[in-house]
Amino acid sequence: MSETGIATALPAELVRITTDPSTEPFWRAAKERRLVAPRCADCTAFRLPPTPFCPHCQSASVEWVELSGRATVYTYTVVQGFPGLADITLVPVVVDLPDAPGARLVTNVVGAAPGDVRIGTELTVDFHPISDGWLLPVFRIADPPLGGE
Amino acid sequence: MSKNVRLKHSGLRDTAIVGVGATPYYKRGESADRSINQLAGEAILAACADAGLSVRDVDGLAFYSLARAGYADQMEAGEFVETLGIRELRFSAALTGGGGGSAGAIGLARAAIVAGDASIVVTVMALQQRTRLGTVFAAKASTPLASFVQPSGLAGPGHLMSLLTRRHMHQYGTTRDAFAEIAMSTRANALNRPKARYREPLTHDQYFGARMLADPLCLYDFCMESEGAVAVVTTSIERARDLRQKPVPVVSVAHGGTREWGRAFSWFGMPDDGTFASSGHKSIAQRLYQRAGVTAEDIDVALIYDHFTPMVLMQLEDYGFCAKGEGGPYVLSGAIRHSPERKPGRVSVNPHGGQLSEAYIIGATHIVEGVEQMRGTAINQVTDAELALVTGGPAALPVSGLILGRDR
Repeated sequence: MSETGIATALPAELVRITTDPSTEPFWRAAKERRLVAPRCADCTAFRLPPTPFCPHCQSASVEWVELSGRATVYTYTVVQGFPGLADITLVPVVVDLPDAPGARLVTNVVGAAPGDVRIGTELTVDFHPISDGWLLPVFRIADPPLGGE
Repeated sequence: MSKNVRLKHSGLRDTAIVGVGATPYYKRGESADRSINQLAGEAILAACADAGLSVRDVDGLAFYSLARAGYADQMEAGEFVETLGIRELRFSAALTGGGGGSAGAIGLARAAIVAGDASIVVTVMALQQRTRLGTVFAAKASTPLASFVQPSGLAGPGHLMSLLTRRHMHQYGTTRDAFAEIAMSTRANALNRPKARYREPLTHDQYFGARMLADPLCLYDFCMESEGAVAVVTTSIERARDLRQKPVPVVSVAHGGTREWGRAFSWFGMPDDGTFASSGHKSIAQRLYQRAGVTAEDIDVALIYDHFTPMVLMQLEDYGFCAKGEGGPYVLSGAIRHSPERKPGRVSVNPHGGQLSEAYIIGATHIVEGVEQMRGTAINQVTDAELALVTGGPAALPVSGLILGRDR
């Protein structure tokens, strides 16, 4: 086991996603470097991951909303090593999305020392290449810090 | 009515566990000379022998975790019936989900018996680590839902639960000392148990010197990767009274959970009202106690699913042994240390050494310990214990709980 380094995302060839009709718009937008979330077209509640029905009103109608890319750390962990990659440092995070209240993303903080990540740290989205030509939304610490809500 | 009389008549008590059986508990790779079905069969035969029944008379199978054996293997009812010589199968079903249903599988057995579908029902779990549990998700093919969690490098269940743990520490001021106390007290309970995998004391220095696997969780916060099989036989209370062992009545059992918990660690959208940093068991605890007509104060021994130390703490909160957020101070007060004498404000937790120190067979060892405590034959017995709580794992729904009692 090595010393903790700068947090990164898993190498492209190790990350393979699959899609279904509910999730595909999310990934198609990410491929264009846009972060989007599904909002119920009837009751306006956001939800992630994208699913066929609104759990609040059971509507199947969805509007895809382009988000600002801002996020705050709701919780995080620090993982040193991954099967086959002893030296990698990962900071998996669950983030709140201020312009999609109620929806969270499970993602990574990249390009930061793990010690600089805290609950409440403000982040901005970036996109990381993964297998099959897709892009994965990941996050960097916002610099300078963004204004609060 | 005195407390003892009240407790002896509380709850369902229409079915009872009459037999338990297990293989030895092995370290990872050590049982590779046998198939997983051989391990399961050994446990089933041992449980039937314990009950004083022939396996030929088994007529029901009530699995959990979709009848998976661990993570890589699938159990098949037809194979058990044909190869063990069961005469006729009349009920075969599994709770959905994973280890969350371990305690609830006894409720599935009860449902079959109360409905009149089957009379002697076996619940079995077997586990080999050909796919390592610790990094099971890293090895899994992706799904559309997992595509929203897997890419972040959360390689196993401990990684997922470290995220809840961090939040609990942030919201309630919980410290790693509390997790250390759970690891050390569980280890202390395993020292005198011949079958336990870990029988050396665990010190504070060892705990804090261990490597971090998913910060804030270190090596000793994770349960072990063990192998083996456990089986349990359930039948009607009337029939139970004619069998070899003292019947252990099913006093209460429940599985399920609420929308706010839902898919739990494959979603992470649980609300920030005390649900996210919880075990997801609160609604199960309420239903369980209501059906039993008891409260946490009536529970004499708690067999709490301990795949990860902080999830024990969060279950103690959800099952009402302490207030929400008070799990840290509660365990640090020594409240969960095993003591033969039941004292107010304390409860003996996992006196069998749990999955942290005895063996991890996806929750099944907790049922065995609950049965032994109610028979009065446990190695670390709580004297005159009347009620044992057994929980399934905090996981995606269903989660589950079970209260076992003593017969009249």
